[in-house]
Order: sequence, then structure tokens, then C-alpha cells
Amino acid sequence: MQNHPVYTDNDPQSELSTLNLGPTHPATHGVFQNVLQLDGERIVSGVSTIGYIHRAFEKIAEHRPFYQITPLTDRLNYCSSPINNMGWHMTVEKLLNIQTPKRVDYLRVIVMELARIADHIICNGVLGVDTGAFTGFLYMMEHREAIYEIYEEVCGSRLTTNIGRIGGFERNFNSRAFDKLRAFLKNFPKTLKEFESLFNRNRIFVDRTRDVAAVSAETALSYSWTGPLLRAAGVDYDVRAMNPYSSYEDFDFEVPVGDNGDVYSRFLVRNEEMWQSLRIIEQALAKLDKEPSDIFHADVPEFYLPPKEEVYNNMEALIYHFKIVMGEIPTPTTEVYHSVEGANGELGFYLVNDGGRSPYRLHFRRPSFINYQMYAPMSRGMLLSDAIINMSSLNVIAGELDA
Amino acid sequence: METTDLIFRIVLIVVIFAISLVVAMYSTYAERKVAAFFQDRIGPNRAGPWGILQPLADGGKMFLKEEIIPTNATGFLFIVGPSLAILTACIGSAVIPWGSAIAIGGHTFDLQVTDINVGVLYIFGVVSLGVYGIMIGGWASNNKYSLLGAIRAASQNISYEISMGLSIIALLMLTGTLSLKEIAEQQHGFAWNVWRQPLGFILFLVCAFAETNRSPFDLPECETELVGGYHTEYSSMKLGFYLFAEYINMFISSAVMATLYWGGYNYPGMDWVAAHVGPTIGPLIGVVVLFGKIFFSIFFFMWVRWTIPRFRYDQLMDLGWKILIPLAIANIVLTGVISTLLK
Repeated sequence: MQNHPVYTDNDPQSELSTLNLGPTHPATHGVFQNVLQLDGERIVSGVSTIGYIHRAFEKIAEHRPFYQITPLTDRLNYCSSPINNMGWHMTVEKLLNIQTPKRVDYLRVIVMELARIADHIICNGVLGVDTGAFTGFLYMMEHREAIYEIYEEVCGSRLTTNIGRIGGFERNFNSRAFDKLRAFLKNFPKTLKEFESLFNRNRIFVDRTRDVAAVSAETALSYSWTGPLLRAAGVDYDVRAMNPYSSYEDFDFEVPVGDNGDVYSRFLVRNEEMWQSLRIIEQALAKLDKEPSDIFHADVPEFYLPPKEEVYNNMEALIYHFKIVMGEIPTPTTEVYHSVEGANGELGFYLVNDGGRSPYRLHFRRPSFINYQMYAPMSRGMLLSDAIINMSSLNVIAGELDA
Repeated sequence: METTDLIFRIVLIVVIFAISLVVAMYSTYAERKVAAFFQDRIGPNRAGPWGILQPLADGGKMFLKEEIIPTNATGFLFIVGPSLAILTACIGSAVIPWGSAIAIGGHTFDLQVTDINVGVLYIFGVVSLGVYGIMIGGWASNNKYSLLGAIRAASQNISYEISMGLSIIALLMLTGTLSLKEIAEQQHGFAWNVWRQPLGFILFLVCAFAETNRSPFDLPECETELVGGYHTEYSSMKLGFYLFAEYINMFISSAVMATLYWGGYNYPGMDWVAAHVGPTIGPLIGVVVLFGKIFFSIFFFMWVRWTIPRFRYDQLMDLGWKILIPLAIANIVLTGVISTLLK
């Protein structure tokens, strides 16, 4: 960083004091640091330091075969890993020109929307915690647990899911997964309604969040904000609607927008997105009934990793498995960009391929990283308490910030 | 003073001190159970049946924790802070009338450690001193989060003491005395002050929340902004003292509130009980009634804490100076006008 201001408290005449917020502070919800210069409780200026958990994923990805990059994407925004996984699979499918069957698309939509709900549960719940109302957070977390149980049925893991394969899913959804999904669709709306009634018109909460950290649409666009933050500022940009992937064009849903981009509108936008996600999942379930129930991956044996039992018992599967693992199948020499609507905004994958088994260069467009750039400038003149709820409503996930 | 009287006083002091501590201890347990109830959880249930030994386990843990005094802290004041907090919290209970005079074996005893004629002022003085514990501790820690917490606590307490005092003035205009014993006696039966001073009670309640640093006024220690607020640097039993002082304060505030507004030990039909059941059992029921009121009010403190968010610092000041103080003054005027007209 060039010309990084260094704040000290060495001048005894100075009215200002320096406060080191982070990297381990209960409010940062992740490892990142802000050095703030305070006048009383008002922030005069601040400097953000990032990179505390930088793991060089983009560089690691250059040495891994495509199917082994999925676990790296898990660890970007770990609150909604499935969206990252699916985004990556779709990027590779775009590179390899694989057409996925409709059923795969719908299953992916279900998983991605569940992930979006899980992410928004955390963000809005934690906003409640940061304003001092802990209870609503726990009401919601119960349902994140239900979502994690659905993940478990689908792929066997919970947080860093590694869901799916290039071309589809590694196995079909079992009946328990659908049962749990239906139970979730039945129980969650009640809690969400209760959560909204706890906060939406709560006088203290509205006073705390209304007009705090308001961002105009122009500013938001100039910082290339995306996702709920941009929509809260009044711009109806949603990748699912603007540039549909995974058959989102088949679904009927609304893109909620806020008015002035403050913490309160972000909160409302996220709540409304959860309702819309529920709508999408219900439509997807209805559509699944019309699809053949045994299809869960595209018919691309040269790229879709076969199940282990087939590898051991079936010659073709063994051959394809060998070829995929050894990277002996030629891939197109080209570059693709694919983006999905992550929970925090447009999650993009820019993939340059030289025909080998791993990317020549891979870049993640991480919404948290881009959204966070405005944090220090917008904190100027804010009270410490406002800066903290602003941080939690930006929903900066350290894994996605630093990659 | 007779010897029996003296012995009774000493016993009473010890009993009240013990009760304050036990109530405060079990308030921590109650808080966790109440929070669990609100949040669809079970709460502590490992130590003893239903977890009732949890406070003892917590106390033991606090004593056994390593004692850390930061290098840059002001050593002496660092120790004075929590001591002052717990001391002022404990001495507040001295003037509270726990029951009407009780007859044991021909003697009558007052269930009050001391009836000073400025009891209300005494309570106020002691409560005001409590903030010194927080300020000194926060300042001596030499940590910016602690300092911010201490400053918040100081300005908050000063602001809310004013409206608290003003809300009491309206009450004192009706009672005409500062002695808590007389105030309690005036509310005989069901003639509780809260019926005559509803607005004053609400103001007092809000201020009591602020004085005890409870949510929604828990800014001095709000975890998500100031890490631990004024007790960020504290560990071991010194931290325990701060946390404990908060619960004792809550108990004392509830007791004062019950005495000033909710009739203290008085309950409807107390004369009938005293006449038919006896002068020993009657006042004892009064004591139970008082504790019932206190426990409900402690529950109310917890109910609020686990339901609503907290204010921002400037909003807190706005509420105190721009809303509560004018309302309290209006209440005084209203009380004066109405009581003059009714004369």
C-alpha cells in the first residue's frame, strides 16, 4: 500500500486518539483490521488492512486440475459455499461446452437458493446481535441448521460443502433430502415472519439503522458494488435476472430494491430476498416433478468423475477416471468469464485456459473484496457504533475478502 | 438500644447481606435460564439438578482463574475499581424496609437495618458512587476500549440520575417524607404509589435500566463495539466483582422500585391476615410479597434485555436529556396542580 498513513498517539497535544479495531475483535466477525483515528467516539479517518487469511487460492488453482479447485471455492464465502461450488462448475462447463439437463439445473437452483438463505440468515441475524438483540439471531440459526442438514443429505458435509461435480452432482438427491427440504419450506416462513416482526418496526432498531451509512446508487456503482448492497441503494441489478444461468429464466421471482442504501434497507432487502428464495425453491420442487427422477448429471463421461464403485467394476468408468485424473483429455484453449449471484453480490470466475488439465490463470471476482473497499472512506464522520453495524451489514466474509 | 434489639439488628444485617449475595448469584443463573427460555434453548443444566449449582461453579471458576494485571495499568486503582463497585452495590440495601414490624416473643422488631430520615437520598448517593468503580476501573486499565466504556458509563449515569431524581421529586411531593419506612407504611394495603404516579414510575423504571447498565442501556460494556467495555482488561474475581455488582444493583434497584412504587411489603388484605393469622406470620407474608415483587421486576429486566436492541450513544443522551427530563418536569407540575386541586 502506498502512502499508508500511520496513526500514533505520541503527540500529547492531540485531541485525537487511535483505536485498533481488529484483527481480533468481537465485532469484525473475521480477521481484518481497521486502524481508526477517533475524536471521542467519532471516526475521523480510518485505514483498512486486509490479507490476514490470504491463502493464494488463485495461485494454488493454477496447479490443480479443474475438479480439485472446487474445495478452494468452498473457502471463499464459507457462509454460502454451495453457490461458489456451483459457480465454479458452471464456469468449467462453459469452458468445455457442456449442456446440463434441466433437472440438474433445478437441483442446483435449490441448493444455491438454500445457500443464499443460509448466508442472509447469518448476516441479518448478526446485525441483530451487533445492535444488541441476540434472540432473533438464535431463532434464525435453528433454520440454518436445517439447511446444513439438507446439505448433509445431498453431499455429506455441512460448512465447506464441495457439493456437486463438473457436469452435475456426484449422486442423486435421496428422499430424506426432499423430506427435509419440504419440512424447511414449511417451518422457515414462520420464523422469518417472527424475525421480521421483531426488527422491521422496532423503534430502537430502526433508529439505529435508518440513514446509517447511506450510499447513493451512483457511489455504489462507482465502487462496483453488487448484490444486496447495490440493490439496497436502488439499482435492480441481479445476475439471476440480468444474465440467467442454471435455468433461472424459468423461474418467477422479484428483485427487491431499497431506497437509499443504508443499513436498514440492506436489512430489508436481505429479508425480502429470503422470501424470494423460498418462492424459487418451491417452483423448483414443482418443476422437478415433471423431470425424469434419475438424471443428476450431464452425459459427459470424459469430464464427469465416475463414482468409485463403477471405477472398480466397470472398464469404461476406469478408463475415464484414469484420463480425467491424469488430465489426458484436451480442453479448449480459450478464456471464459462466468458469474453467479452470490449471497454478497456478483461472484465471478475469470478462467484462462491453455488446453491443459489446470487453468493457466484463474481469477475470482469476490464481492466481499470489492464491497469492502468503500468501508474506510465511508466510515469517516461516523460514530464507532455505526461503523460497526455498517461492517456487519456489508457482510464481509474474511475468506472471500482475502481469498 | 436494648441488647435483644442490637442482636436482632446484627442478625438482620448478616441475613440481608447474605440474601443480597444469594439473590445476585442466582440472578446470574436466572438470567441464563430466562435467556434460554426466550431463545428456545435449555440453558445451564450440568451442575447439579437443573443446573442449580451453576452459580457456585462459576464463582469457583472466577476465584481459580489467573489474575492478570496489565503492565501499563495503574496497579492500585486497578484494584480499587471493582472493590468500589461491589462495595457500593452491597451497602444500598441498608435502608430498605423488608417488612412491617414483626412481633417475636413479646418484642416487636423492625425489618429494616436502619431507618434514616433521608433514606431516598442515601440510596441515590450510594448508587451515584457506584459509577466511580466503573470509571476508576476503566481508566486504570489503560486500554482505549475500557476508557470509552468508562466515559460512556459516567455520562450515562450522570444524565439519567437527573431524570431519576426529578421523577422521585413528584413522588416525594405526595409522600412528604424521605424515609423509606414511612413511604412504605403510607402505601398500606392496596394504596400503592404507582396508581398515583404512573408516569413517574415509568420514568423511574427507564432510569433504573440506565443506572444498572442493563440493556437497552448497556453501552458501557457492549461487547460488539467495545469488546468488554470497562472490564475488558479484568480477569479472575475482579471481573467477577464487576459482573456481580451489576446483579446486586439490579436487585437493589428492584427493591427500591418495589418499595417506592409497588407498595413494598404491603398487599391487599394484609390487615385481615395480621388480625386472623397473627402478628408474626402476617409481616412474614409481607416479606414474601416484597420478594415476589422484586423477583418479577428482576425478570422484567431480563425480559427486556433479551428482547430489544440497544441504543446508540447519542440516542441515549437524546432520550435522557430531551425526553425524560422534560417529561419528569411535566410530571412534577402535573402532580403539583392535581394535588392542589384535590386538597
